[in-house]
Amino acid sequence: MHLAYPAVLSALLFCTGLYGVLARRNAILVLMSVELMLNAVNLNLVAFDVWLAEAAEDTLHSGQALTLFTIAIAAAEIGIGLAIVLAVYRARGTSDVDRLRETAERGHPDGTGGSGADAGDPDGAGRNAADRTEAAA
Amino acid sequence: MSLAAQSHGFLSPTGVEITFLLVGLVTLGAALVTVTTRRLVHAALWLVVALGGLAVEYLLLTAEFIAWVQVLIYVGSVVVLLLFGLMLTRAPIGPSPDADSENRWVGLAVALAAAAALVWVVVDAFRTTYIDLDGAAQGTTEVTGQSLFRGWVLPFEALSVLLLAALVGAIVISRKTAEEETGPGGTAPVTPPRRTGPRSTGNGRRGITAAASAAARSRATTTPATAPEGEPGPAPETSNSQAIDGEAPGKGEEVPAKGEGAAKGGEAPGKGGDLAAKGEDAPAKREDAAAKGEDAPSKDEEGEQR
Amino acid sequence: MTTTTLAVLVPLLPALGALAGLLLGRRAPGFVRPLAVLPTLTAGVLAVLVAVRQGGGAPVDAVRELTPTGSVPIELALHIDGFAALVAILVGLVATCVQLYSTGYLRDDPRYPSYAAIVSLFTSAMLLVVYSGDLMVLLVGWEIMGICSYFLVGHYWETPEARAASLKAFLVTKLGDVPFLIGLFALATETGSFRITRILGAVADGGLDHPTLIALLLLAGVAGKSAQFPLHTWLPDAMAGPTPVSALIHAATMVAAGVYFIARLLPVFTASRAALIVLALMAAVTMAGSALAALAQDDIKRVLAYSTIGQLGYMTGALAVGERGAAVFHLLAHGAFKALLFLAAGVIIHAAGTNSLAAMSRMPGLKSRVPDAYWTMTVALLALAALPPFSGFFSKEAVLGAAEHAATGHEGPVPGAAGWIVLVAGLFTALLTAAYATRLWLLTFHSPLARAAEEPGPLAEAAAGQEAAAEEARAHGHGKQPAVMNLVLWILAIPSLAFGLAVGTIPDWFDGHSLNPTLTTSVLGTGLALVGGLVTYGTWRHTTAMALRVPLGAVAVNRQEGAAAVEAEAITAHEPAYGDIAAAPDPADPGRLLLGPLHRHAVSGFHLDAVYSALFVRPVQLAAKVVRFLDREVVESYVRAAAVLPRWFGAAVRRAQTGNVQTYLSALFAGSAVLALAVVVLAHLNAGS
Repeated sequence: MHLAYPAVLSALLFCTGLYGVLARRNAILVLMSVELMLNAVNLNLVAFDVWLAEAAEDTLHSGQALTLFTIAIAAAEIGIGLAIVLAVYRARGTSDVDRLRETAERGHPDGTGGSGADAGDPDGAGRNAADRTEAAA
Repeated sequence: MSLAAQSHGFLSPTGVEITFLLVGLVTLGAALVTVTTRRLVHAALWLVVALGGLAVEYLLLTAEFIAWVQVLIYVGSVVVLLLFGLMLTRAPIGPSPDADSENRWVGLAVALAAAAALVWVVVDAFRTTYIDLDGAAQGTTEVTGQSLFRGWVLPFEALSVLLLAALVGAIVISRKTAEEETGPGGTAPVTPPRRTGPRSTGNGRRGITAAASAAARSRATTTPATAPEGEPGPAPETSNSQAIDGEAPGKGEEVPAKGEGAAKGGEAPGKGGDLAAKGEDAPAKREDAAAKGEDAPSKDEEGEQR
Repeated sequence: MTTTTLAVLVPLLPALGALAGLLLGRRAPGFVRPLAVLPTLTAGVLAVLVAVRQGGGAPVDAVRELTPTGSVPIELALHIDGFAALVAILVGLVATCVQLYSTGYLRDDPRYPSYAAIVSLFTSAMLLVVYSGDLMVLLVGWEIMGICSYFLVGHYWETPEARAASLKAFLVTKLGDVPFLIGLFALATETGSFRITRILGAVADGGLDHPTLIALLLLAGVAGKSAQFPLHTWLPDAMAGPTPVSALIHAATMVAAGVYFIARLLPVFTASRAALIVLALMAAVTMAGSALAALAQDDIKRVLAYSTIGQLGYMTGALAVGERGAAVFHLLAHGAFKALLFLAAGVIIHAAGTNSLAAMSRMPGLKSRVPDAYWTMTVALLALAALPPFSGFFSKEAVLGAAEHAATGHEGPVPGAAGWIVLVAGLFTALLTAAYATRLWLLTFHSPLARAAEEPGPLAEAAAGQEAAAEEARAHGHGKQPAVMNLVLWILAIPSLAFGLAVGTIPDWFDGHSLNPTLTTSVLGTGLALVGGLVTYGTWRHTTAMALRVPLGAVAVNRQEGAAAVEAEAITAHEPAYGDIAAAPDPADPGRLLLGPLHRHAVSGFHLDAVYSALFVRPVQLAAKVVRFLDREVVESYVRAAAVLPRWFGAAVRRAQTGNVQTYLSALFAGSAVLALAVVVLAHLNAGS
């Protein structure tokens, strides 16, 4: 098999994932896109490992071992990533990446950025208030 | 290389290559749908297709162990985890028109540029390289096992430690946040009551009852003689207002001198218990939650993750 | 203890007292008064002991080199001859009196601790100047005196007059000190030493190449410190400070330091005839001008200040004729009676609630309210006017006799012209001095209203009004002097009365020339003084009727407050009440009639301040405006531009900080893609070529 096929497929998958990371709004969709990118890398690793095992008599199989490691690390990453997304969602009421903008530089001329606690979360406070009245009732 | 290039023309595909190409097209298509669909759950399902297609590609590349690992871990657990995540964040089932951010066109441009660059470079570099798949399979369980446990033992063990650390980390992160959760909406106030109450009557009331029970507990600990353990707490109607008081951050710390109110409340348990709870719920609650609330939330989180 | 140890202790004790006073002033207010008075008193007693041991004999010299200082050594040296011993006694006496007086005068002043400490420090510096045998060490004391004077003149720094006066005093004396410093260096370079004894030795050997230049440079510093024309303008304004400060610093001691300095280095000056002529001219102009100005002043302390300038002119005149014995003799006598005059004036200002002579002349009964001040001031004014049995007569006659001697004798290095200049100006000034002393005495103590009140008529009503005000003031307990203030006046009255008797023994301490009054100058001087006094009295009789017709005056303070607060308010109130800090539009003033058209100019010190303002102040202010314009409009625009450009860049960069992670990532990956493409394209191009 030509090495170009898996390599090109991997490149395209990687860029697809890249697009997803850059364009998706929901944090979990972003995580999915990250998975796509990781898998593209895995495909590359496997393909080159097979090629090198044939062509360079490589018996260490570093590509496959690394693939396994990548898969394990990806599993860990998705666990922690989801935990973080959940924490963010509970604290902010949203998991939309482009609404979590506390680090934005506000337009103050003296350079003191606002606290921005509710700038990225305009309806969180309202929901809090609603929840509180509900609890009181 | 040159020998292989001469013997295998670029446009003379073998059967394996054709299969690879077709599966690759399906995989790529599924991946594209994953990153473009407006239905979030569908995206996860299309991701399954894409990951499964990749597993097939691994098989075609004779890496069968990795293929099965791919199916087990990715299709089996990661996607399930993602679906749980979608559920827990209350992702809409139907199409959501705002699934893509305003950054879409920039992202598209960047992705296309990167794709062009990568494909050009890869094709330019490996135009003529050929993998001979006719020999012994390079990725059988035996081969992989030998290489793993001969050459990669140390990283492998280190990886297990890393997995453990990730596990603990995930628990810690979600447990901390779980303490702050008040209800299903996830609209957490700054210092909500804990979710440690034994008398949780429902999702909406968990925090409230927890506060009430914590108050009862604290009262029990401060005045053990008059308010023994197991004494029924105040009525739920009164505990509602207590919980709201407890939500105000640091209220208990602002009036720490109310401890004497607690003693008074212990002597007149009919309504003085409310006073005591109001006065000390914040500090006492903290200790209680630290002492008692360890098992319940972590269990919850593990359930969510598995 | 050896004489040297005693002499070292003399300047050291007040310095330690000042240090302790500054450190303890706030924490232990009970210690402030003893710490102010006792070290000064001890230093005075020790100075007397030193003088007794030295006894007018051979000078006591002691040297210690602290550290090598290069080609010209600077040493801690004592050089105590008769001049130093006696001047130190004067400083100790006046400083002790002033410290005692201040305990009463600034009794209620919240800043008394720092005031007393600075006075002690000043005393120490003055004693250092007196005893020092090394010019550099002398300069240290000289400059410490300057800064102490600055602080003390500005003691009432709440008032703009005091602030302006302290700055003016500092700047004008520094203007003289710069050439003074250069002169010291030139002197040390030519003689190879800062030690006074070596310098005098070198001068005696004719080792001075440019005596005129050095003498003139030193003269600038002396003119600044001793308030001689043309650098005298700071002294009348310095009266904005508390009266004890005026008595100690601006009458008795610091202003005498310049005279004392010339007296020490007189051979340097006599080496140059030109310098002596300049000195004589300076003295003459100072004497005559200041006496005329004193005749026109309305503020009692400004009268005394101009009188001080004039008496210092006598001293420089004596130096100009080469007779330093007479100069220091007059310095000692003048120090005592001028301190007395000032302290008595402080009592009067406190009692009257005003510092204006015009107001005092309409205030009946002042004499009876402050009898101590009245009698002691009469004595001091008689001494000032140089009438026979008082000390001023002997010292002034010594000066005039020396001038006459130089004018007629044509001997030694002193040019006869200098003698004539000093003699004529001195006699003229004697006339004027008696005139303004009489005017001061009459206006202060002899109000015509006291007599008018006894006769019926419209005038009596005005008198009764004034009387009522005075009664009210008395009823409020206002004007009661602490006993210590009156005690000090009597202590100082003794040397004013009797110091003239020392004329027989004093020359033994000095150069040995006889200082006995000569017949010609005595008769001339006393006669002129009598004439001046009588003419003033006659004029006063003539004009005093007007005082009854023109009510004038503002008693600025009528409350029960400390003397210092009363004085500060009186000084502040003078200009709003009378329209001028120095004069009052009083037709009853005999000085106005005596001076005629000159009065207007004499009031303002012959417009010297205006000349300085036109010559120096305004050009400097103009230059400052130009510099300010350049700084504001030219330099600052560059600075602003340097700030604006980064701010614009910052604003642009800030727009990139959207907080959206995806934007950041997009930029990151776009950058990576561009880099990768660039590498690939470059690699292709290189491979192709």
